[in-house]
Amino acid sequence: MPSKLHEWIVTVDHKRLGIMYIATSLFFFAVAGILAALMRAQLAFPNGKLLPPQVFNRLFTVHGTTMVFLVGMPFFAGLANYLVPLMIGARDMAFPRLNAFGYWMFLFGGLLLYFSYVAAEGLAGHGTAPDVGWFAYAPLTERAFSRGTSTDYWILSIILSGIGSTASAINVIATVISMRCKGMTLARMPLFVWLMLVVSAMVVVALPPLTAAQIMLLLDRYLGAHFFDTQAGGSALLWQHFFWLFGHPEVYILMLPGFACASEIIPVFSRKPIFGRAAMIGATVSIGILAVGVWAHHMFAVGLSSSSNIFFVTSTMLVGVPTGIKIFNWLGTMYGGKLRFDTPMLFCVAFLFQFLIAGLTGVMMAAAPFDWQLTDSYFVVAHFHYVLLGGLLFTLFGAIYYWFPKATGRMLSETLGKWHFWLLVIGFHMTFDTLHFAGILGMPRRIYTYAAGRGWENLNLLASIGVIFQAAGVACLIWNIIRSLRKGALAGNDPWDAWTLEWATPSPPPEYNFAIEPEVRSSRPLWDLKHPEDPDWKYE
Amino acid sequence: MTPTIAMGTTEWTLPDRGRVGVVCLIATEFALFTIFVVAYVFYIGKSLTGPTPSQVLELPVWPTVCLLSSSITVGLAARALENGRMPGFKVWTGLTILLGLEFLRQTALEWRHLIADCHLTITTNLFGTTFYSLVGLHASHVILGLTLLSLTLGLGLRGSMHGQARRFELLAWYWHFVDAVWVAVFTVVYVVGR
Repeated sequence: MPSKLHEWIVTVDHKRLGIMYIATSLFFFAVAGILAALMRAQLAFPNGKLLPPQVFNRLFTVHGTTMVFLVGMPFFAGLANYLVPLMIGARDMAFPRLNAFGYWMFLFGGLLLYFSYVAAEGLAGHGTAPDVGWFAYAPLTERAFSRGTSTDYWILSIILSGIGSTASAINVIATVISMRCKGMTLARMPLFVWLMLVVSAMVVVALPPLTAAQIMLLLDRYLGAHFFDTQAGGSALLWQHFFWLFGHPEVYILMLPGFACASEIIPVFSRKPIFGRAAMIGATVSIGILAVGVWAHHMFAVGLSSSSNIFFVTSTMLVGVPTGIKIFNWLGTMYGGKLRFDTPMLFCVAFLFQFLIAGLTGVMMAAAPFDWQLTDSYFVVAHFHYVLLGGLLFTLFGAIYYWFPKATGRMLSETLGKWHFWLLVIGFHMTFDTLHFAGILGMPRRIYTYAAGRGWENLNLLASIGVIFQAAGVACLIWNIIRSLRKGALAGNDPWDAWTLEWATPSPPPEYNFAIEPEVRSSRPLWDLKHPEDPDWKYE
Repeated sequence: MTPTIAMGTTEWTLPDRGRVGVVCLIATEFALFTIFVVAYVFYIGKSLTGPTPSQVLELPVWPTVCLLSSSITVGLAARALENGRMPGFKVWTGLTILLGLEFLRQTALEWRHLIADCHLTITTNLFGTTFYSLVGLHASHVILGLTLLSLTLGLGLRGSMHGQARRFELLAWYWHFVDAVWVAVFTVVYVVGR
């Protein structure tokens, strides 16, 4: 039906754009997941012959770039687009057309990255995808070492999708500041909206260092400038500073939306308001502020001065404090609650457990001498996959199970959901618990194969088998979505008995969201509506 | 089931979304310029070959006067539009554009002098690399601002700018920002770096 397709292409409705963001990012997730599976297949046995080294380099580059820029960021841009206006009682985002612009920039940025598999030139001729790693250290990326155009595809696709991310972040900020319904003060805003506000502010100030560095790199590559050209006195280290000045806040830009989802899901399935609401907001803001002062902990191995080391070790460990407050508060919310272990909650509980471990290995890596030992080893790979899979991906899946009924009007199957959950948990731990040990045993990251007899064989085999379980789990999700779209149980307005405004609308919500603009008096407006005898606003 | 709980007639005003949006845009541009300024400062005195800033750069007083005055004229244009004085709006906007064009002309002359007489290009040394990037990035923002101002002037001449004071004010903010960046560039490149 071309007219239906046309409607989606020209839409400026925040809900449709939200769904387009999420669907596109899930597509890229599947693609980058396949790339990861190929790498694990290659590494399952010593002396693997499946992939040549140059292909392996392209795989980890495109896998990392995709997961960060084309999966993590747009998925949550999609959630923010869909949910922020509904949660604050608005009829759309502040700038609907800018919203559409942001989505299309992201999509074409992403397609440009993959177009390199067809069009980019490299040492090996046509069809050479970028192979410089997702942080693309100079001077490897300079003309002299990166011939052809593959690195340019990497630069341009990220600049494009970065413009999209910035547009969408500005839109979220303006929406939150200027579009709240009557009575929705900042103090009453749902935590999800608060966290998205902080994330968007971080995108606005933390993405430009990357964009600037990439513009400089383009100037180096095409106009013969010398920003990162060591032979003309330029500094390769400056790239690392600029990249991580973006790159570390980026970790929190990816992670805070996960926190945002957990902060909505855990209270609803514990039947209690969030514990320590003000402390949660304070902790989020302080993570946002601390995030811009920790970047050089990615660079301990370059040999910083002793005083810089001390500064960055301390600031990095400080991040553990607000993060600890958050975990404490989620547990405090669950403590004494009437817990319901539906699929969204299961994913959040696993997230708490796994994210704690990810945080602990993070504090280990924050100690400079420990980092010197294990930097660029599989320990680092295991650590950040624990953060981004064990933490982020699990809340992302929890969010899908939680809000799918709102967006489609149909419930996802709990049975398939539990299969999805348990397969993913088993697979995740098989893969990433073991890789910590491979790292401690000295396995460097990014090697395309290894010799037998180093004690890594069993660990790598186990890690690769884990991928099968994870893939089976994701297959359950895909089947669940396809099946539920056609014959899932009808959801009704409010299947989880929740308290935020999006559940006051029909599922799926009409284009105008609210027939009458709502007016709220507490942070749980639906509780007030359902319990007129004991409303929250009495205690505010 | 829309949750409405009567609150009487409470006052409920929120900041204008356009203002919030432009403030955010300026914040992100500010961060972008900061990185280029940091790179410039980082590479001061690290060029392996000449020419050096002190040999070739001259204090650009006249272009600075032009650009900073254009901040005043754009403010006057915004005020004229707000009060519905359309002739004043057109004159002040036109003057702003002329001042901006003169600034660009001076930049072009400076670059021609540097390239043709001093043999300083972006490839010559680190000074050339950072100088042309930073000043060029700023000039590109001047061009963007001038394009938008010319559009509003065109709309004004067509008589379509009535009631658009709120939007024009946002453009004026952007123009002030471009001028403020020049103050930073001027200080770093022509005072500190020389």
